[in-house]
Amino acid sequence: MNDSVKMRKAMTAPYTVWMAVFVVVPIALVVYFSFTNVGGKFTLDNIKAIGEFRGTYLISIELAFVATVICLILAYPIAYSISRMKDERRQQTMIMLIMLPMWMNFLIRTYAWMTLIEDTGLINTFIKWFLHLFGYEFEGFSMINTQGAIILGMVYNFLPYMVLPIYTVLTKIDESVIEAGRDLGASGRKIFTMIILPQSAPGIISGITMVFVPAVSTFIISKLLGGGMTYLIGDIIENYFLGNAGEVNYNVGAALSLVLMILILISMGIMNRFDKETGEEAGGII
Amino acid sequence: MADVINLKNICVSFDDEQILKNICLDVEDKKFLTLLGPSGCGKTTTLRIIAGFLQPDSGDVIFDGKRINGVPAHKRQVNTIFQRYALFTHLNVFENIAFGLRLRKKSDSEIKKSVSEMLELVNLKGFEEREINSLSGGQQQRVAIARALVVNPKVLLLDEPLGALDLKLRKDMQKELKSIQREMGITFIYVTHDQEEALSMSDKIVVMNEGLIQQTGTPLDIYNEPKNAFVADFIGESNIVDGIMRKDFSVDFSSHNFTCVDSGFKTNEPVDVVIRPEDVDVVSPDKGMLTGTVTSITFKGVFYEVIVDIDGFKWMIQTTDSPRVGENIGLYIEPDAIHIMHKSEYSDLYGDYSSYSEEFDELSDVGAVQEEEENE
Repeated sequence: MNDSVKMRKAMTAPYTVWMAVFVVVPIALVVYFSFTNVGGKFTLDNIKAIGEFRGTYLISIELAFVATVICLILAYPIAYSISRMKDERRQQTMIMLIMLPMWMNFLIRTYAWMTLIEDTGLINTFIKWFLHLFGYEFEGFSMINTQGAIILGMVYNFLPYMVLPIYTVLTKIDESVIEAGRDLGASGRKIFTMIILPQSAPGIISGITMVFVPAVSTFIISKLLGGGMTYLIGDIIENYFLGNAGEVNYNVGAALSLVLMILILISMGIMNRFDKETGEEAGGII
Repeated sequence: MADVINLKNICVSFDDEQILKNICLDVEDKKFLTLLGPSGCGKTTTLRIIAGFLQPDSGDVIFDGKRINGVPAHKRQVNTIFQRYALFTHLNVFENIAFGLRLRKKSDSEIKKSVSEMLELVNLKGFEEREINSLSGGQQQRVAIARALVVNPKVLLLDEPLGALDLKLRKDMQKELKSIQREMGITFIYVTHDQEEALSMSDKIVVMNEGLIQQTGTPLDIYNEPKNAFVADFIGESNIVDGIMRKDFSVDFSSHNFTCVDSGFKTNEPVDVVIRPEDVDVVSPDKGMLTGTVTSITFKGVFYEVIVDIDGFKWMIQTTDSPRVGENIGLYIEPDAIHIMHKSEYSDLYGDYSSYSEEFDELSDVGAVQEEEENE
């Protein structure tokens, strides 16, 4: 082994240590806690206990799924129209505006929504005042503390994570590829479905990943906008670790996290398979 | 033979800059026509107008006798080979070629048949399932050709298709393209800045510069009878000297009277005289029509490239003799080696090898480097 190879190995050492301490060890601890009881003895009780949270998992996945779909539906046209702008500086400005809310603290953004959609919040107050002008009395919409409010919070907070990767792949599509499509006889709609959409698939996939994963494990959004009416799996895990609802139990919390992690891994795996399959399917009809 | 495309008084400007100035061009059916010129001369713009990617500010685009100005690209019977191939990377070779056929709603068996015929034509049999990114530049180029030809265009437009290939591959592809053109019996409109490529492939060459057509003609016409100093200099090497036409078949230049084969000029009209480096014979000083001093000599393989100073004007001569630097030599020029041109705006800009050096020549071959960069 020569010196430069040694040198390179030495330079990667800090990262190896970092990965070990902050990735491998925590995951190992999660696994350890999942399969032990408070006394540190091996047990499967924690895993068995998860059965009672089946409903919570389902509702978490359902809300995250709905939020992801809404994000995709909103983000694609946004990303597409920004990427089509002729002036590059305008593109950058638009992207910055999309990013701007993310420079503000996550909690503050979510609190802001609370004050908007509360029963006595800005929106209801305005509607009541407006209808009152015409002599109507109105009780106001109940928007907060619903599943809809949680989805709203997820969509609002995670939308930029969907816009950015899609925008990036769209700007990478070579103009001459689109011209080639037109040249071969594709009209505007066909250009979109046969070239632009399939070529932006990698961006869509990573957008979905980046929205779904934080959405499925969130607990702040459900707590603030769901008002404790809808428990998500993130809330349950938080409760076990902080003891908000009775005793502190790292073991059940860890088991819940482990299962969530596995569920996310499985869905990511399916996503990636799906990506490859569409690629093959579109290419391999013979 | 009938014309397949006519361009009539085409003008195009971008941001107040006139790119095409009143271009008129007739393209004969089933011929190989080349648009040749340095970068920024308007050749690619002309091609894009024919393809339908660009609408002219004024003028008519005629296809098969019909005006097609407003017709969008996807409804025109012309197809394009793009400089960077512009293949669909999300599809494999088969589906790239089948793309145009699927849009035309052909049946699967028809598509399969046409695609394999095309793959055979471009020597890519067995590549159906390959991904685009796994192919070399030359193979991608062939896929692009097959993809455009499979939809049976009447005219194929090629925008510097060989620019990104290395020299050897480029030579092979030139031959192949030419034979494909003959085999398919369709019109090719080929854009290039490479004069050698243009001379060896074309039936007809259109030399362009600064948005204007400088000359149209067969490769032989263009080479032997350049219309002005720009064309003479752009196509091959040329010595271009000031001369005065004394009368028909008699011209004065470099303080000597020469017999030539040109006529029809005014008496004592100032003209540009073109003499190709390979048309000058080196003789002993006493036998020469002109004498000069050798200032440099470069071995080029088949010949020596000799720079000779004649009364302060540097000539380039290509000869199999090898005079020494500093030697006084005589030059002999046959009457039919002398080509007379009217004075033009390009007079005195080209054709003097005073500042000539290999390096400089490469730098001044602007087209090659710049245009490739532009298209990165």
